[in-house]
Amino acid sequence: MAVALLVDNITVEFGSFRAIDALSLAVDFGEVRAVIGPNGAGKTTLLDVVSGIAHPKQGRVIFDDATDVTRSSESDIARAGIRRKFQKPSIFEGLNVYQHIAIGAQGGLRRSLSPGELATRIEEVLEAIGLHDLAQRSASELGHGQKQWLEIGMVLASNPKVLMLDEPVAGLTDDETERTVALVRKLKRADRAIVIVEHDMDFVEKVADRVTVLHEGRTLFEGSMAHARADERVIDVYLGR
Amino acid sequence: MKPLGSDKPFLCLLLIVLAVAVLLAGSSFSSAGLSPYLANAIGQLAAFAVLAISLDLIWGYLGILSLGHGLFFGIGGYVMAMYLLKHSYEATGRAPDFMQFMGWTELPFYWAGFGFFPYALLVAAVVTLLISGVFGYVSFRSRVGGVYFAIITQALVYVAMLLMYRNDTGFGGNNGMTGFTVVFGWPVGAPGVVIGMAALSVVVLGLTLLGCRLLLASRFGVMIVAAGDDEVRLRTLGYDTLRLKLAVWCLSALIAAVAGMLYVPQVGIINPRLLAPELSLEIAVWVAIGGRGNLIGAVIGAVLVNAIKFWLSAAAPELWPFILSGLIVLIVLVFPNGLIDLAKMKLVRPMGVKRIAAEAPELP
Repeated sequence: MAVALLVDNITVEFGSFRAIDALSLAVDFGEVRAVIGPNGAGKTTLLDVVSGIAHPKQGRVIFDDATDVTRSSESDIARAGIRRKFQKPSIFEGLNVYQHIAIGAQGGLRRSLSPGELATRIEEVLEAIGLHDLAQRSASELGHGQKQWLEIGMVLASNPKVLMLDEPVAGLTDDETERTVALVRKLKRADRAIVIVEHDMDFVEKVADRVTVLHEGRTLFEGSMAHARADERVIDVYLGR
Repeated sequence: MKPLGSDKPFLCLLLIVLAVAVLLAGSSFSSAGLSPYLANAIGQLAAFAVLAISLDLIWGYLGILSLGHGLFFGIGGYVMAMYLLKHSYEATGRAPDFMQFMGWTELPFYWAGFGFFPYALLVAAVVTLLISGVFGYVSFRSRVGGVYFAIITQALVYVAMLLMYRNDTGFGGNNGMTGFTVVFGWPVGAPGVVIGMAALSVVVLGLTLLGCRLLLASRFGVMIVAAGDDEVRLRTLGYDTLRLKLAVWCLSALIAAVAGMLYVPQVGIINPRLLAPELSLEIAVWVAIGGRGNLIGAVIGAVLVNAIKFWLSAAAPELWPFILSGLIVLIVLVFPNGLIDLAKMKLVRPMGVKRIAAEAPELP
């Protein structure tokens, strides 16, 4: 299977603090990968590096086996096909739901879709995230769960090849979490890699094909969730006994 | 944003602006209408309103505070003054006073062509775009924003002021430029011309309002609002926000320059005090008082503050600083989003609420 995202020997430092320490990671197309670990393990920093927000001191990020995006701008990385939902639901308070999906679908200052294609795409995405009836509602009036889905819809609208979700079920009710599980399963495709950072282990177990456990900026474990739960080191630093 | 057709407050404002323009245009042909003095005041208010809109576009919608918009207002003003003086020189053959003081009998070479208005207009646009473009590109590329950007813009306008205070630049130095006699071929002081200039300013205000409103309702406007809300989010959706910000910044500078071009012929003078930090700060105060992120708010703020200023500068000039600062404190305390909050309160409260409140038993 082709490698969608290759993180090769990345080191990130903030002053004297080493957030990520010579980390390597490969995510395949068609895979849902969960990145878990205690706070400060470098999970969000890893997403920041891939999306171009944080700059690594060393190492490379290769997208789709060929494109080196390590030094690319955030907008270029996004246009290449790597999209990311932030930890804190990041939406535009001044716009309505429909406009969010339109912004995500056009994915750049220049229009990429014709008005007809755009309308179809927006319908599909609104259907997928279950906000069809709220299309004209201002984003500031949405509940927390709906904001999470709206942001997922916004990053999903451009059909990304790599979809990164930072804590998609944080703060959601059990019912909302279940709906998000169904949504993520629907998003899984042979030509798409999904990376999820999450603390909810039940959620991770339901959606992830493989998990990577980070600890102090390094990979502690990589494999199935069932094996992770049995791994002594993972239990020690993160899952607890 | 609501479609233009159903945006009643905006249409109302546009109608008022149009009515004032018609009234002024009528008055310029007959002696029965507004007095030239009042018309001139209205014309100046219109120029300030255009200036406030220019700042609102970049600050209210994009969240980038400029405390140096007087620079672009000044560029427009200085270029307009050069046109007026060159035009007057060509009509009278007499070099401007400030040049005679310096012993110059002819205009310097870089004044060539300024007697032709379209050329002056072009120069104003090019200089404004050049300065705003270079400054904006460097700042936004280095991701300078917030307070730092505001401080740098303030420094920029201050530098421009110091430069213009020099007498050897050929732009009038500390005395500035005055003594305009002819505008567009007509005598500057004639009542009909004064009223006509005011009418032109009000028309430009209406066009600026309409243009900005249409822009904000477009796809580009949606991007502006998005960038103002969360720039990082927009950037990581594939949008090159540097270009977006630069475009709005340059447009804002151009509108400010237009305001300057309208203002100078109406006050009859330009001097470096227009480039003093005070004016640039005041523009932000107008917008804050009226309500930023709202075109109507910017216009209301500019007109209200300057109307009080006109009135007080005749009645009690020493009171003005106290009134202005009092107004700022009051607005910030009572209406954090400016006077536009007033309209929202009225709209949000349904008709019945007041009655129910009245019927409710009073607390002991």
